[in-house]
Amino acid sequence: MTALPPPSAVRLGLVIDLDTCVGCQACVISCKGWNTENYGAPLSDQDPYGAAPAGTFLNRVHSYEVQPPAAPAQIVHFPKSCLHCADAPCVTVCPTGASYKRAEDGIVLVNEDACIGCGLCAWACPYGAREMDAAAQVMKKCTLCVDRIYNAHLPEEDRVPACVRTCPSGARHFGDLGDPDSAVSRLVEARGGFDLMPEQATRPTNKYLPPRLRDHVEAPSVLAPYLTPVADTPKGFLGWLDRALGALPGGAE
Amino acid sequence: MHPAPSVIVFTTFSGLGFGLLFWLGLGWPGVTGLSAFAFFTIAYLLAVGGLLASTFHLGHPERAWRAFSQWRTSWLSREGCAAVAALLVMAAYGAGLVFAGQRILWLGWLGAALSIATVFTTAMIYSQLRTVPRWRHWSTPALFLTLSLGGGALLAGQTRFALPLLVLAGLLQAWAWHDGDSRLRRSGTTLATATGLGQIGAVRSFAPPHTGTNYLLREMVHVVGRRHARRLRVIALVLGFALPVVLLLLPFAHWLAALAVLSHLAGVLALRWLFFAEAEHVVGLYYGAHQGQA
Ligand code: SF4
Ligand code: SF4
Repeated sequence: MTALPPPSAVRLGLVIDLDTCVGCQACVISCKGWNTENYGAPLSDQDPYGAAPAGTFLNRVHSYEVQPPAAPAQIVHFPKSCLHCADAPCVTVCPTGASYKRAEDGIVLVNEDACIGCGLCAWACPYGAREMDAAAQVMKKCTLCVDRIYNAHLPEEDRVPACVRTCPSGARHFGDLGDPDSAVSRLVEARGGFDLMPEQATRPTNKYLPPRLRDHVEAPSVLAPYLTPVADTPKGFLGWLDRALGALPGGAE
Repeated sequence: MHPAPSVIVFTTFSGLGFGLLFWLGLGWPGVTGLSAFAFFTIAYLLAVGGLLASTFHLGHPERAWRAFSQWRTSWLSREGCAAVAALLVMAAYGAGLVFAGQRILWLGWLGAALSIATVFTTAMIYSQLRTVPRWRHWSTPALFLTLSLGGGALLAGQTRFALPLLVLAGLLQAWAWHDGDSRLRRSGTTLATATGLGQIGAVRSFAPPHTGTNYLLREMVHVVGRRHARRLRVIALVLGFALPVVLLLLPFAHWLAALAVLSHLAGVLALRWLFFAEAEHVVGLYYGAHQGQA
């Protein structure tokens, strides 16, 4: 059913730290790897070794330049995947019931066997989180690694989404955003986590943490006194040598 | 949005077909026998042909029957249901006219209501999308409806309805273009809200996430040159409305009426191309598109 279920107590999602992300694209690759080998149709590539390669990805990392009014510009790497919205417009537009939101944890999924590949859900998503696979002709999207997070066959530490597990800088956090005391909820609270495009009224579950303000170099460093030259005018033998050499042609004036 | 030929053909032809069915259901023209057969054949060719064209853009047309199931939430599903209901009712009504020379009044009115409801559901598929501010406006269903009713009246030979409806549709279209040009800006969605980085300063796309293209760019980020669009708008207004109105005002001749229909059809195809090609999807902002407007 494409009607949205009543809000669940558990709301699983991601918290992405824009301060920490270094734009290495490791999450993009681990996502592609896991989701090509597991849940649903593989994420295909077209012309992968040719002149115009293209392919399906569930997670992509943009880079933006932000120019504050009175400070140097900052580069912000910006990973983006499905935000598992509370009011997911992609679900209600689906004519077949292939798109659905899970009642128990809020994960938004596509039943690929029922998808007719009309693409309307991708039109309804403001974030570009859904991509039609050109080979399988069904809609692909982030599953929040539903086949990892509950998977008792995996070691405990691997029961998180592949992107979270792989991120070398710890910029991606996974947890229950429906629980105000969870680690992710406290992180959002402490760092002022925000929604993307709040005016689109999708109420995303995933949150983004803003980049921290950069330091301004105004006062000289506290170490500066220790770095100043101990003697600026040489005395004694060194002073004589300095003066003598300076007297030679081509020496100091 | 990508102006896919299948959707342009679908919305144009099925809009006309259901418009013609609407007038036939009301009994304008009140035809029976062979001439009823001719009118109904044209209407069904247009309506069904359009619907078939729309299945060409599906990845899995063999599963299309599933699309009738989610009418509670989905306008696309409602459209499928309304279309099939309209075609079935009008087939029964048409059979009465063609084979029995009988006009079952209530059946015709029901069929007319279902036909126009189908056009409304088509418009709502686009109009419901908050992600395309240009479409999310009352003028989208208003235009689809006046175009379908006007074009249908033209095909049905109902000049007294076709004239005012075509004039109205032309005016509405011209205003919708003018007003639509600023809807993305007025929607308040910008690269600053899309990234949430507007708090810090001015945001600019520095590097895209991929070197090649992808589904999102092909499907949703289509940019038309301003000059090109302006020229097409004029062509659409002249062919779609001005010329047919002039031809209708001339003393009646069959070849003039046929010319009016063809001209209108060409005009509607042009404006539908623009309807898709000019529609700015907010996902383009992530890629640095539409910066001039946002
Ligand atoms: S991010 Fe897009 S695909 Fe994911 S739930 Fe929200 S609207 Fe749907
Ligand atoms: S592409 Fe598939 S999942 Fe998306 S709206 Fe169409 S049928 Fe539903």
